[in-house]
Amino acid sequence: MRTIIYLFIGIIFGITMFKSEAASWFRIYEMFRFESFHMYGIIGSSVFLGVVLIQLIKRFQIKSFFGEKINFVPKQKSFQRYLFGGIIFGLGWALAGACPGPMFTLVGVGYVPILVVIAASVVGTFLYGVLKDRLPH
Amino acid sequence: MNWIYEPWPWYVAGPMITFIMLLLLMVGKNFGMSSNLRTLCTICGAGNTADFFKFDWKSQKWNLVVVLGAIIGGFIGSHFLSLDSAVVLHPNTISELKALGFESAGTAYLPTEMFGMSALLDVKNVLLLAIGGLLVGFGARYAGGCTSGHAISGLSNLQGPSLIAVIGFFIGGLTMIYLIFPILF
Repeated sequence: MRTIIYLFIGIIFGITMFKSEAASWFRIYEMFRFESFHMYGIIGSSVFLGVVLIQLIKRFQIKSFFGEKINFVPKQKSFQRYLFGGIIFGLGWALAGACPGPMFTLVGVGYVPILVVIAASVVGTFLYGVLKDRLPH
Repeated sequence: MNWIYEPWPWYVAGPMITFIMLLLLMVGKNFGMSSNLRTLCTICGAGNTADFFKFDWKSQKWNLVVVLGAIIGGFIGSHFLSLDSAVVLHPNTISELKALGFESAGTAYLPTEMFGMSALLDVKNVLLLAIGGLLVGFGARYAGGCTSGHAISGLSNLQGPSLIAVIGFFIGGLTMIYLIFPILF
């Protein structure tokens, strides 16, 4: 039953990524050139609503559908890993034009070359795991 | 009902993403897509090489199901919910892209120069796609999250580290487009 719910959530996510054009390489390029409000509107409105909802969940201690407490895992305090990691991610995001959600959506659309991006991103994750202890965090 | 075939405006897409994050919270999970890349590494046996990949990947199966859904969603969105998926861009963006050699700007969803079938025969293009993917995977794990984990989930939970990461995303993205693109294309 829960699996069906996860699948359903994923399907809405995929449709949203495609139909909002957030999965379009062109939209990412346009965003980094500050020539359209579109992507900023998507991220901005999503975060604005998200802040309100999470505050409500915390204030009223809203439980999950299964009656469990909703946990928010605070991010580990650090500066370097977020800045350096973020910059490396940003370089790749602008070049490949896809982040780790939309790249899978594009498989469903039928773009075969995106598989190169996905395979390489798995390799990139692997390289991080290997080099992790030698990087500043 | 014709509006359904049109691209969704930001004020529909943004709240939809929040709704997806909320649904995941309400089933006791968190919205974060790049962790799946780590799970895929573990499934491929990366735990033998680095401790970072030694974890019970079955605990992340739910997120792989979300990925499967995202693939199906892409299929549904493009095959049943769109008539013309060409992305309408700012005229300046189009002329800039054409100057870089992207003739498909304004007439396609993705640049055919990079994502068309024949682009797979272009060695330089395949190399660029691979480098892009490599940076995305490495950077997302180094930063501990990507657009969904930091920009949406993290910022929504007012996490300072996520703000640093998002600033990093932009430093990287702007560097790529303004300083490196002129060399690459």
